[in-house]
Amino acid sequence: MSDFISFFAQSLPKLLDGLSITLFLTFLSLILGFLLGISLALGRIYTPKIISWLCIGYIEIIRGTPLLVQLFILYFGLPSVGIRLTPITAAVIGLSLNSGAYQAEYLRGSIQSIKSGQMIAARTLGMTKIQAVAHVILPQSLRTSIPAWSNELIYLLKYTSIAYIIQVVELTAEGKFIAADTFRYLEIFTMIAIIYLSLTVLFTEIIDRIEHRIRIPGLGTKRTTLLRDA
Amino acid sequence: MHMLEVKNLHKRYGASEVLKGVSFTMDKGETKVVIGPSGTGKSTLLRCINQLHPPEKGQVFLEGVEITDPSVDINKIRQKIGFVFQDFNLFTHLNALRNVSVGLEKVLKMEKEEAEKRAMHELKHVGLGKFAERYPAELSGGQQQRVGIARALAMDPIIILFDEPTSALDPELIGEVLEVMQSLAGEVTMLVVTHEMGFARNVADEIMFMEGGCIIESGSPKQMFTSPKHKRTGEFLGKIASLYGEE
Amino acid sequence: MVSLEFDVLINALPQLLRGLENTFILTAASLLIGSIMGIFMAVGRTFGNKIVSTAIYLYEKIFRGIPLLVIFFLIYFGLSQIGINFEPFVAVVIGLGLRSAAYQAQIFRAALNSIPEGQSIAARSMGMSKVQSIRHILLPQVLRLSIPGWSNEFTIVLKDTSIAFSIGVIELMRQGRYIYVLHPEMILPILLLIALIYFVLVISINKGLSVLEKKYRMKGFDLTVDR
Repeated sequence: MSDFISFFAQSLPKLLDGLSITLFLTFLSLILGFLLGISLALGRIYTPKIISWLCIGYIEIIRGTPLLVQLFILYFGLPSVGIRLTPITAAVIGLSLNSGAYQAEYLRGSIQSIKSGQMIAARTLGMTKIQAVAHVILPQSLRTSIPAWSNELIYLLKYTSIAYIIQVVELTAEGKFIAADTFRYLEIFTMIAIIYLSLTVLFTEIIDRIEHRIRIPGLGTKRTTLLRDA
Repeated sequence: MHMLEVKNLHKRYGASEVLKGVSFTMDKGETKVVIGPSGTGKSTLLRCINQLHPPEKGQVFLEGVEITDPSVDINKIRQKIGFVFQDFNLFTHLNALRNVSVGLEKVLKMEKEEAEKRAMHELKHVGLGKFAERYPAELSGGQQQRVGIARALAMDPIIILFDEPTSALDPELIGEVLEVMQSLAGEVTMLVVTHEMGFARNVADEIMFMEGGCIIESGSPKQMFTSPKHKRTGEFLGKIASLYGEE
Repeated sequence: MVSLEFDVLINALPQLLRGLENTFILTAASLLIGSIMGIFMAVGRTFGNKIVSTAIYLYEKIFRGIPLLVIFFLIYFGLSQIGINFEPFVAVVIGLGLRSAAYQAQIFRAALNSIPEGQSIAARSMGMSKVQSIRHILLPQVLRLSIPGWSNEFTIVLKDTSIAFSIGVIELMRQGRYIYVLHPEMILPILLLIALIYFVLVISINKGLSVLEKKYRMKGFDLTVDR
């Protein structure tokens, strides 16, 4: 047991290095994905046919192909057309582009769950479409998207581990390196599993509390879009 | 010049024609009530007037200006036409006060403080001053509808359209809404679609009976209830009156 | 430099299809394990006692809270450390299967909970035992109601088989790699072709299952499934 503890203590610094990369990838991709997601969701619902179709096309393609393939295309495929990305850059771009498509769908679900009468009421007050979206639709749909958003956060936290395969030295990669040296796969990856699990529980708890704080009576959270993680 | 002039409105939905040439006028301060069987285009009429569903044929003039003209800025026009919905359509994420003030702030570009002051005034007007902080989900149906009326009033419209304002309410809550509407009569020009015969009889300056997309007959309440010209009018009014326990 | 030599692509197809075959087997096997375990777990959490319920809850939390890659490493590398050796293929099936069970348990449980309690009560009042009411009244409906969530899980497992690449399983991704390692200038077209293959599969599965769902839809009873 004391051997386990000293092993743990020895490995910790490297694991924390990896963890910082993991968290960096997670949060940056979540935020960029969010910006992309809003644009796609609004683009899909409120713009004329051509732009709307492009948004739908993008979303379907991203959701229909594995994240790993997307990362490979960015990291291994692009150099052949002259674009060379560092592993981390490719990972951030890939994760953001991927997350954006999913977040767009969650937001779309939230937007469509708002009764159409509210849009009509906003227009009868004289609001333009843009004003109605900004002051009536978005404030509500962003709130009702929070559960989906928290799921996306957890998803990204876990799937940043795939960046290991395109040579990003995040938490799982650090673990693999230590294990390759020491052959102590079981201990190291159990530690890593515990780290991921703790973060998952922590993040879920934090977001639950935030959601509770900004809750508005009557603003439902009936989810109609299937999430990719729970 | 009439405040509102509706000329020969026609509206189709798919294959069926819902409005078949509706015309009437309204003057300042008048209260007109539209009655008739369901599905005869009464709601459609209101939505054609504020161009939510533009008519295929016909014109609508507001204070002499033709609002059916496509070159007109419809958002500016809508600021002058208030609308009260059967399903209230309050903004779920805003409390009562903000529901009333949001139009003032974002559309009329008032300062937030001024908008909220005005909103509070309107809420008090409809008897809900104490409920300003409540969210729609925390209000009864009747209270929600009164907030809806306050929201329409706050914009200082020159006319308010009421689309079956009490049809979605429990019977005991209807009274409070009708009371508010009654208090507005004479000051505010109102076009009301409703089944509430008592309101029609006591408050309307004129009643219009619509069926099959046309106005069959219109006249003062006294005339319509006691000596209607058309058989259909008499039948309908008679049936409704007995349903509501009126003599 | 990218070059588009179509004959390379055409010749690559048989190899890619071999990889695809493994992808199919991985997907099917993992889903099967996940479904069987998932149904038992859903029933266990709804009808079981506190201990069973909590154990299942913990299982779900753990397998939904750690990355698939870590699960693979633990099963393939970690277990071999204590003498349990799996082929990479088997390790992946076990890993994907165990994880899928955690998600499918939730899908089935949501479906189960959406069936009004009155039906179970009616079944018991007729004299059915608990097991009978579950088997004859609840499960048939649960399966139908779960189709949307299950179809979602299906495509997720299919796409995640690509991660098996990392422990050397020869599925679609790895076959692709063998090809573009020999023809580096074709790497982009090959990756795009692989993406296309996945895409076609995902669309087909979604369409297919949605047809199934429409066919078996119970009128008047819609479920909004949460994952």
